[in-house]
Amino acid sequence: MAEALQQQQQQLEEDEEQPQQQPQQQSSTEETPEPDDGAKENIKTTLSRSLLSMRSMSCVESEDDSPNMIVYRKIEDIVTCIQDETEGVPIRTVKSFMTKIPSVVTGTDIVQWLMKNLSIEDPVEAMHIGTLIAAQGYFFPISDHVLSLKDDGAFYRFQAPYFWPSNCWEPENTDYAIYLCKRTMQNKTRLELADYEAENLARLQRAFARKWEFIYMQAEAQVKIDRKKDKTERKILDSQERAFWDVHRPVPGCVNTTEMDIRKCRRMKNPHRVKKSVYGLVEEGTQSQSPTHTPSHLCRKGTKEDVEKEILFLNTQLDRHCLKMSKVAESLISYTEQYMEYDPFITAPEPSNPWTSDDPSLWDLENSIREPSQQRVKKWGFSLEEALKDPVGQDLFLKFLESEFSSENLRFWLAVQDLKRIPQQEVAQRAQDIWAEFLAEGAPSSINLDSHSYERTSQNLKDPGRYSYEDAQDHIYKLMKSDSYTRFLRSNVYQDLLMAKKKQFETEQGRRTSLEKFTRSVGKSLTGKRLTGLMQSS
Amino acid sequence: MTTIAMGEMEQLRKEADNLKDQITAARKAMQDTTLQEAAASINVVGRVQLKTRKTLRGHLAKIYAMHWSTDSKLCVSASQDGKLIVWDSITTNKVNAIPLKSSWVMTCAYAPSGNLVACGGLDNMCSIYNLKGKDGNVKVMRELAAHTGYLSCCRFLSDSEIITSSGDCTCVLWDIETGTQKTIFAGHQGDCMSLAVSPDFKFFISGACDFTAKLWDIREGTCRQTFGGHESDINAIGFFPNGNAVITGSDDASCKLYDLRADQELITYQDSSIMCGVTSLAPSLSGRLLLAGYDDFNVNIWDTLKAERVGVLAGHDNRVSCIGVSSDGMACCTGSWDSFLKIWN
Repeated sequence: MAEALQQQQQQLEEDEEQPQQQPQQQSSTEETPEPDDGAKENIKTTLSRSLLSMRSMSCVESEDDSPNMIVYRKIEDIVTCIQDETEGVPIRTVKSFMTKIPSVVTGTDIVQWLMKNLSIEDPVEAMHIGTLIAAQGYFFPISDHVLSLKDDGAFYRFQAPYFWPSNCWEPENTDYAIYLCKRTMQNKTRLELADYEAENLARLQRAFARKWEFIYMQAEAQVKIDRKKDKTERKILDSQERAFWDVHRPVPGCVNTTEMDIRKCRRMKNPHRVKKSVYGLVEEGTQSQSPTHTPSHLCRKGTKEDVEKEILFLNTQLDRHCLKMSKVAESLISYTEQYMEYDPFITAPEPSNPWTSDDPSLWDLENSIREPSQQRVKKWGFSLEEALKDPVGQDLFLKFLESEFSSENLRFWLAVQDLKRIPQQEVAQRAQDIWAEFLAEGAPSSINLDSHSYERTSQNLKDPGRYSYEDAQDHIYKLMKSDSYTRFLRSNVYQDLLMAKKKQFETEQGRRTSLEKFTRSVGKSLTGKRLTGLMQSS
Repeated sequence: MTTIAMGEMEQLRKEADNLKDQITAARKAMQDTTLQEAAASINVVGRVQLKTRKTLRGHLAKIYAMHWSTDSKLCVSASQDGKLIVWDSITTNKVNAIPLKSSWVMTCAYAPSGNLVACGGLDNMCSIYNLKGKDGNVKVMRELAAHTGYLSCCRFLSDSEIITSSGDCTCVLWDIETGTQKTIFAGHQGDCMSLAVSPDFKFFISGACDFTAKLWDIREGTCRQTFGGHESDINAIGFFPNGNAVITGSDDASCKLYDLRADQELITYQDSSIMCGVTSLAPSLSGRLLLAGYDDFNVNIWDTLKAERVGVLAGHDNRVSCIGVSSDGMACCTGSWDSFLKIWN
């Protein structure tokens, strides 16, 4: 046992001997540029390249990449560069009153470096990223348990690679108990337990009552090993160890950054592995399995059928007629341009956004069927789809069709839409009803279908389902779109609403709004009194 | 496998690779411009600054999902405290607080009619609740069980049908009344994480841990198109408002826009200073803005045409796990592991 501990400690020491200024090249990007006089530029490009494209690690199995690992690697690239001898931050020993503070850098230095090397203009953003990196435990404030980065003269230290989160630490409470215990054995003010740590220790003592002697012994052994080390080294190591525990046992109220989305937990690297101990302990007893560590669905490697299916799919894809980029770009751009005036995040809505003004008059106006706004009427002209989406627009279009004696088309379309939503057991009957109303010989609302669609539909009706009228519906929709809808837009009914609204808008709107405002304010004061009355009585 | 069989497999794989190369070349030939170039001449949106208007407090643990009702005022949220809460987002009152049998809930949905809500998670089931029951109590109406993996997402087509996506790599269309599977959409080679239904309800898209997004024909039950390019799990997916394009968000810290008619990627939304994965996304009403939630506690707002960041919503103290824009486009709601929901505009 002691040997294992010693080995572990040796490893710790070895890692420590790598002075902060000479970081290991952990990441292997595809091309690591040679350091030269343009080293600054190289670091920038290395960083942006490695941050933007993660597909460079040949040694890591991509299927085992948990999302945390992806972020860890990005952070490690940054942390490696930031500690670079020539292009990194100035890490130095600071002489304080009676002592020396080894291997530190100020918060401001880090923020400045991040801004320069990650091309960030806003210091707030640099601090956000810095805090993210600190919260994961890659550097830490030497005088605070809370892991964040501030743009000030406070000192920060870098974490030893041994303690990096990418090593998949999930330290057990026994390790934590040993750690807290050994802290109490060392007579140093800087190692005094914080309140929450003292509470944690008390809790652990109760939980591990039976093996506390064992834990105590381990703690003693750790203290012995620590004593052998050089004073400066101990200062550094102690702080790094503390930062490690700040990540895995965070201050109450702080986010535990090691938490993973439970959906991703199953696919973690080696979920059944023996949990390794920070202090080299071999775990006794059963491994506790979390509910999420069930055997994962390792999708089987492709069989012959899979590849054959894939080939079929690829052939379809190859034969598919695709539009050019310019065409689809044009289409997207014109859509957004058309709708931007209706997008409340871009154009302030009239009369006001109810969320910002607390005035619901906009919603009231929308709900009032009799007075659709000009802007709303304009929208119906964008597409038949828009007109039908709006119940007021749909109603107006229906009335227009009635005037042209072609309302059966829209009524058919609406009936089929409804068919797709009703409960399954009603489908068969409703399908028959639709046939009787719209398509049968002598039907009261006979629609005009081409013979092909008619044949197909009557075939479908032999086994009626939700989609029996899909073809027919498409056909009728196209008809309405190309024929009735265009006439509707040119019709007096629509145009009057679109134009006349302008005239009425200015005169009537003014009067109406002020009347509404008055009614509302009276209502509000009444409601206010009623509500307070309620609250007081309860 | 015999040598002959291996030779056959080798040949088939070669054929598949050959086809993939041809497709890549064909798509490249259609790239007569980029979206950014085409959008170069249009005006910038300018800085978008949204403020928190309401904070919905009440959950006691991580919020994993939220969904707006079509009335743009009510919304439902699901949290690992084992509750499904229906909120009146304007008054911040809780309209319903539904206790769940399993606290490991990962998704929730509001039916377009407003009558039903659904949720599911590690119990591998999709539970449907009737909000408009006769006696006023909210009860489980149906439990849809058949998935062999966790329920990652669900979306109603109507009060009669719902589509679910699961960690068992499939998506399923269910008949709610009978509780049976009507169609199984298989094809993904990794956990399905998210799904979205097209505006015309004829198609839906799914994003999965095999790094691809698939477009499915609901009626036919087939996969129409597959989109790749991401370097890690796709956690979030949504339709561009016109229904012709798809937006995905991934653990590789980027979002991508794919066009259905061009059958390829149009643009990627990423920045070297964004390191954390995308958990959720929602386009604004016009589609010009994309709001995406990240693991680094922020929401970034992107100009979808110019691929520039035009805003940040910083206000949560832990991961943003879900986001939604109301159907009238007036408000954006974010849910977080910090147990709060915030309404922004």
